[in-house]
Amino acid sequence: MTRAPSKELSIDDVIGHISSGMTLGIGGWGSRRKPMALVRAILRSDLTDLHIVSYAGPDVGLLLDAGKASKVTYAFATLDSIPLEPLFGQARQNRTAAFREWDEGMFQTGLRAAAQRVPFLPMRAGLGSGVLDHDPDLRLVTSPYADGEQLVAVPGLRLDVALVHMNRADQYGNAQYLGPDPYFDDLFCMAADTAFVSAEQIIDTAGLTVDAPLQSLLINRTMVAGVVETPRGAHFTTCSPTYERDEKFQKEYATAAKEPETWAAFKARFLSGDEAAYQAAVKEFSMEEPG
Amino acid sequence: MSDVTRAEYCAIAIADCFADDGEIMGSPMGLLPMLGARLAKNTSNPLLMLTDGEARILSGTPPLGQTADVVEGWMPFRHVLEHVVPYGKRHVMMGATQIDRHGNQNISAIGPWEQPTRQLLGVRGGPGNTVNNKTSYWVPKHSPRVVVEQVDIVSGVGRARAEAAGPAATRYHQLGRLVTDLAVLDFNGDGGTLRLVSTHPGVTVDDVREASGCEIVVDGDVPDTREPSTGELMLIRELLDPKGLRDREVPSP
Repeated sequence: MTRAPSKELSIDDVIGHISSGMTLGIGGWGSRRKPMALVRAILRSDLTDLHIVSYAGPDVGLLLDAGKASKVTYAFATLDSIPLEPLFGQARQNRTAAFREWDEGMFQTGLRAAAQRVPFLPMRAGLGSGVLDHDPDLRLVTSPYADGEQLVAVPGLRLDVALVHMNRADQYGNAQYLGPDPYFDDLFCMAADTAFVSAEQIIDTAGLTVDAPLQSLLINRTMVAGVVETPRGAHFTTCSPTYERDEKFQKEYATAAKEPETWAAFKARFLSGDEAAYQAAVKEFSMEEPG
Repeated sequence: MSDVTRAEYCAIAIADCFADDGEIMGSPMGLLPMLGARLAKNTSNPLLMLTDGEARILSGTPPLGQTADVVEGWMPFRHVLEHVVPYGKRHVMMGATQIDRHGNQNISAIGPWEQPTRQLLGVRGGPGNTVNNKTSYWVPKHSPRVVVEQVDIVSGVGRARAEAAGPAATRYHQLGRLVTDLAVLDFNGDGGTLRLVSTHPGVTVDDVREASGCEIVVDGDVPDTREPSTGELMLIRELLDPKGLRDREVPSP
């Protein structure tokens, strides 16, 4: 009997599939189920000049701060429990990259167009708003039917690579979310030429549906080039129900990011080593008495 | 009922925004909008559908700060964007860092778009909301820097800009009200501009004009925002906000 090959990779293997200048989609939403272990690995890499496409949270803030992103397509940037993403705000205010800001629904429509391999999909969102003022590449399309309505032709958000984080996966690339919201992670994978899933756990295929409903299997292996096990790999964002957002750590991050000195100290403590060093530093931080 | 607080008048005014909506999804963004929408569901509009702010549709109305209740449905973000906003059975009440005379709203950034002096959230869902479903606004601190002549970046679309964009933009465009800590306004002034509907007790028309950075249309005598019933006050104080979180967002003058 011939078996399908395993797609299990290391974090470094995944980063090796990304090249400078690529368009990189990142799944999750705000400070929720972000593939942070992979984002941290990009921070440590030589990659540069990336175009990041994301419902932005700390993933985008960190990549901008590290000089990895030369362009960002987004609809918002937030830490959810803390409204504004500090590093994103600094990058916008200092104009350290190019930015394309779309409506949330336009962003989903752009992913869908890319996933369905059509050049655009029409929608109302954007009409009359600043989105059309500030993205001169957007075009309108006139309905060929009797209504003749002029709608926004949302272009496909085609990605070179997508990175998403799921609760569980098998070694073949089937992946599962166990929290309340799938976000748009399947669309990110389908919009990309190559998609990688990081997961809290890689388990036997049969185990996926032992204790979870069929509908939790959001991503199938045809969408996925590689999987990597990254326990607590979404930290400090949510990965419900495996763990919730690390609010204490997120507050530390957001506070530190406000001043160059405190931010340098934060990076030295948490972001100067590999993923294991990060997780060890976080564990040590979590055991400190609240100051 | 002289002991009614300013926050309670705001809650009543917000609840009244949802009174005639029937069986649609309410999307109250922020603390007072959530309180007002939950109040409406318990009084004027029991058909209103509300979520926990994440993916669960709740059949009841838990107190502010809590989300546990009987779950009646699933509403992940993808369904909001794909199944609710363009479907139109929704009334969203958004915040506004700036809102202008023409009903344009800004939550994106302050200053020029290319290099803002202060980056805010981004346009979020404002552009899609305003051309697809009914949209109202909540401003907890009415000031000339918030209620302005012209917003810096248009997230939510006002009437004049929707009309300039054409029939596809106006077809489902419907602005409800702007509720602030001082007053209730709508967008029924000439050309869809801000018009005063009522002032909260203790606030004069001049107070509202002074706190606004643009002209506000005033049609004749402006009534006070209505008094809450005893039942409404009990719901607010005992069931929906027993911890008094409302007073932190809108302190009494």
